[in-house]
Amino acid sequence: MLSTFLAVVRRDLMLAFRQRMDVMNTLVFFVVVVTIVPLGVGADPNLLRAIAPGVVWVAALLAAVLSLQRLFASDYQDGTLEQMLLAGEPLAVIVLGKVVAHWLVTGIPVTVISILLALMFDIDADAAMTLCLSLAAGTPVLSFLGAVGASLTLSLRGAGVLISLLVLPLYIPVLILGAGAAEAVASGLDGTPYLLLLAALSLLAMVLTPWAIAAALRISVE
Amino acid sequence: MAVDVTGINWYKYSAPRTFYPLAGRLIPWFAGLALVFCLIGLYIGFFLAPTEARQGEAYRIIFIHVPAAWMSMFIYVVMAIWAALGLAFNTRLSSMMASALAPTGAIMTFIALWTGALWGRPTWGTYWVWDARLTSELILLFLYFGFLALEAAIEDSRRADRACAVLALVGVVNVPIIYFSVKWWNTLHQGATVSLESAPRMATTMFAGMGVLALGFWMYCIAAALHRVRSIILERERRADWVREAA
Repeated sequence: MLSTFLAVVRRDLMLAFRQRMDVMNTLVFFVVVVTIVPLGVGADPNLLRAIAPGVVWVAALLAAVLSLQRLFASDYQDGTLEQMLLAGEPLAVIVLGKVVAHWLVTGIPVTVISILLALMFDIDADAAMTLCLSLAAGTPVLSFLGAVGASLTLSLRGAGVLISLLVLPLYIPVLILGAGAAEAVASGLDGTPYLLLLAALSLLAMVLTPWAIAAALRISVE
Repeated sequence: MAVDVTGINWYKYSAPRTFYPLAGRLIPWFAGLALVFCLIGLYIGFFLAPTEARQGEAYRIIFIHVPAAWMSMFIYVVMAIWAALGLAFNTRLSSMMASALAPTGAIMTFIALWTGALWGRPTWGTYWVWDARLTSELILLFLYFGFLALEAAIEDSRRADRACAVLALVGVVNVPIIYFSVKWWNTLHQGATVSLESAPRMATTMFAGMGVLALGFWMYCIAAALHRVRSIILERERRADWVREAA
């Protein structure tokens, strides 16, 4: 089972590496969304400092939603997904591998680049570090819950908008905890409880959603 | 055999063909009861219940607002249960019940939000506050919209049933998490402007009026869901012989 998991992760990472622009697009989108906010609300440093964690997290949510559509779509189109469904290995394990690979190529880059964005918004070092950690702990939930939406809407017309409609309300707890962590640190409180809760949500999603994703894929493909 | 002590074969009514006429016979009863309960409840609410000391007459919107809010949450759970039954036992009628409940649940959520806004204006001086209950009720409306949108997007009705069932189950697991996170967010961000927790104690007549109206809303929701499920049965089974004969 572990070898299946690793094989799927390796395959998806290799595919992502061969099509680097797809990964870059998500990241650039993330940076663009964060950049246009000060242009909309004004460049008052105090205001920007106050809203920075929320803005970064909202942008991370949108970037995740945007990247979800291709999670299963290309495998579905070239028939790979059908082979995965027919394979003797448990589908939940294959799905776990795919989602982990998705997180590695979307969640991790977003987490790393968020340090730069935090500097642009001039938040202090502790809060910036917490923001970065909160993204590291919370973005797995975005990939896992998002994959449920992606598998349910596979091959449907207008799947992109539909995924956002299904998934964004479910992302709300992650957004609240993620933005709350950095805000708590910025106002002199302890951010650890938020990070622990985010990690707990990630583990919960990692345990429960692969079954839902596997069921949804079987429904969508049959 | 599937016959229990009441002598009724319950499995008989899990087939759309037999359920269709049963639902038709039940609808007038539920609709009639809904009308009676709502009229009695509104009479109690508007004529018998005393004027509230702090809010004046404006509080009377509670008689619509609270039953609608109860139904909005309750229907989501019932919908998820029907959807899960449909997914687990592959019974068509269960999934049809889930689809029939979704629009009623959405409209109840909408009524709760709308009456809440109208109530908020005279009491809090604003149509909307980012209160935990209001915000999570709005998110519940989005969850209903997601369910309806997914159902509308999938043409094959069996696939739509099962995809919506997975979505409803994921949603129902998430609803408590969403509620508590929004509540936490709210206590962190909101200054002490409005406190819904410290509501004044209700007079018995007010409570009676609300209870009777809640019963009326129950009956309405059952009648509306049964009516809608009949339409869904006809639409899905339109190629079946019994529908052609009935038509």
